[in-house]
Amino acid sequence: MAEMWINMGPQHPMTHGLWNLRVKVDGETIVDAEPEVGYLHRGIEKLCEARTYPQIIPIADRLCYGSSLTWSHLYCLTVEDLMDIEVPERAEYIRVMAIEMQRIASHLMWLAAYAGDLGLAVGFTYTMRDREVFVDLLQALTGSRLTYNYPRIGGVAHDLPPDFERDTVRAVQYMEMRLKEYEDLFDGSKIFMMRNVGIGILRKEDGINLGVTGPSLRASGVDYDLRKDMPYSVYPEMDFEVVKHEDGDCYARYRVRMDEMWESCRIIRQALQKMPTGRWRVVAPRNAPVGTGLGRVEDPRGEAVMYAVGDGTDRPYRLKIRSPIFVTVSAAPKILVGYKLADVVAIMGGLDMCIGENDR
Amino acid sequence: MNLYQFCYGIVHWLVGLVNNIWYWLGDFLPWYFGDLFTAIGNFAASEGHLWFMTLLVESVVVVVIALINVLNFLWIFRKLSGRILDFYGPYYVGYRIGGWLQNLADGMKLFIKEIIVPTKADRLGFLLAPVIFVGSSLTILAVIPFSVDFGISTSESGEYVSAGALFALAAFSIAPFAILLAGWSSNNKYTLIGGMRSAAQMMSYEIPLILCAASVFLLAGSFNFVEIVDAQSGIWFFIPLFIGFVVFLICLMAEVEIIPFDLPEAEAELVEGWTTEYGGMRFGLFYMTTAVRSYAGGALATALFLGGWHGPSFLPDEIWFLIKAYIVFTVFMWLTWSVPRIRIDQMLVFGWRRLLPLAVLNLLIAAALKSGGWF
Repeated sequence: MAEMWINMGPQHPMTHGLWNLRVKVDGETIVDAEPEVGYLHRGIEKLCEARTYPQIIPIADRLCYGSSLTWSHLYCLTVEDLMDIEVPERAEYIRVMAIEMQRIASHLMWLAAYAGDLGLAVGFTYTMRDREVFVDLLQALTGSRLTYNYPRIGGVAHDLPPDFERDTVRAVQYMEMRLKEYEDLFDGSKIFMMRNVGIGILRKEDGINLGVTGPSLRASGVDYDLRKDMPYSVYPEMDFEVVKHEDGDCYARYRVRMDEMWESCRIIRQALQKMPTGRWRVVAPRNAPVGTGLGRVEDPRGEAVMYAVGDGTDRPYRLKIRSPIFVTVSAAPKILVGYKLADVVAIMGGLDMCIGENDR
Repeated sequence: MNLYQFCYGIVHWLVGLVNNIWYWLGDFLPWYFGDLFTAIGNFAASEGHLWFMTLLVESVVVVVIALINVLNFLWIFRKLSGRILDFYGPYYVGYRIGGWLQNLADGMKLFIKEIIVPTKADRLGFLLAPVIFVGSSLTILAVIPFSVDFGISTSESGEYVSAGALFALAAFSIAPFAILLAGWSSNNKYTLIGGMRSAAQMMSYEIPLILCAASVFLLAGSFNFVEIVDAQSGIWFFIPLFIGFVVFLICLMAEVEIIPFDLPEAEAELVEGWTTEYGGMRFGLFYMTTAVRSYAGGALATALFLGGWHGPSFLPDEIWFLIKAYIVFTVFMWLTWSVPRIRIDQMLVFGWRRLLPLAVLNLLIAAALKSGGWF
């Protein structure tokens, strides 16, 4: 068969969103690839310039449907840096706990989509079922299930609801039980291993040069996690490991995310134990001073950065968002070339695409 | 009474009924019309015509059996997938019978959808492919008997097609040709790759499948389903030929194209593979035919390895046959939901390097058993 271009997207089961991956195939082997993004561009950066600072929190939520809490947290960190606000310690603990719940929920959603991509129906439904546990917890905490609108500039919106500690401990116990089951289900499956081991290898140098961050980079053997390397919030108080793997293939990326869920469970337990009493919110000023604020967090998908410029009014002069997936997707041609057409879903699914934050 | 005699009885009774009215009408007409009427009536009552009509009625019976099985199969498929995948499955349509009517509702919905032929598609191939796919799959059922008395392809004296098992295997393997035709004529890159995959895949599973069936033919000494099942009255063939049984089931899963081997469809990477351009009832027919093929696969495995209609006598033979076929299908579904999809090059390696040697080994075991005088 001669070489031909295939458009995988914008409407394609592989995309998990709205983007287009053009792959050039020779028979079933990929010889070239070219990602095209921008179908979901909503102009969020520009939109923010016309909103007051508190009004932007829900918009930041809508950057990523998979882990919206991380983004509103990041936005609040940025504006707190801009306004020089000291957040109460209880709020920091609540934020860290909620974000780790969000990280587990996001990784579970990734696992579900990944299993669905590989044709493993059980993997899809079981992980989505267990994601419900954490979504329900976050619903009890924040009041909504997908876009939480929970962090505020200077704290969080509410204190913990009644019995929340008890429910969280139960959920974490349940999750640790389930994670063992997933490891049996996925690692125990010969076909799953055949589809993952040695597929889509991203070498360490390539990953660093292309600017890939997050689990995809850690799977290539780079020990880089902002929670450890540039600690923010109360992460220095927490005892957890940075998970990394040396292989850089799809299986390593899967393992990194699975192990991160274990670590997130540890962090949630610690945050609950160490959580102090006290206020959970301070009043933020209406207007930001002239100056800049920078926030960097470890998103479930990589390093997320926001940069805000204040001009003395109640609206930001400029808000720049650095999306981890926008960088990761540009590494696609590097990873894809040489593998089979069926590996496209494994590789691109393994990178955990989230087009909302990508196109902004 | 076998099925041929049963259908012959129906046709005979119907022709007699119609002829009574026919002759009675002829009495009112002038003599030249009346003679014509009498001649037509006599032709209708002739043996040749009755034979032909009996064959037609038997074909209808094939289709009806297939459709009833399809409804049951899809219902089991959906309910079982709900049990395994942690959801309810069909529930509200046909509430009192466990959502059994859901498939009828879905079929009706597909039926009223517009039929679309893509502008740049090869029209003849595009329209012919579903016919070949569905027709060849329904043909399999014609030769598979449910019991000694209840089979489709019987002659007047109750004899079955002598090489029925071969015919079933042959009819089974026509489908990849239809898939290739559909993939090519749809003029779409996904369907093209799907069709090509189907052709490549067929090479790797068809040979082990035939070899495993050959070991059964060797032990039974016949290609005839009735004789094969009779040969299993002592011991079912899956016990001496266990390797062959497993290989046969794996190959059947590839033949039916369900998940570890559904490469031509591969919804994640090829959208819906070779069925991408088909919509409406044509897609419904493909969906239905997959269930027909699953049933036929289960029936083949039952007849060749699981002792056919043998079983304790508190249930009729036909029921035993159906139960076994449904159990094989259930195992298929169970596997389908719990494993990921294999890749095409891995499929070829798996077929040629694992299944084929095992199938040959199985054939050697069968030959040794036969020459040792065990069967």
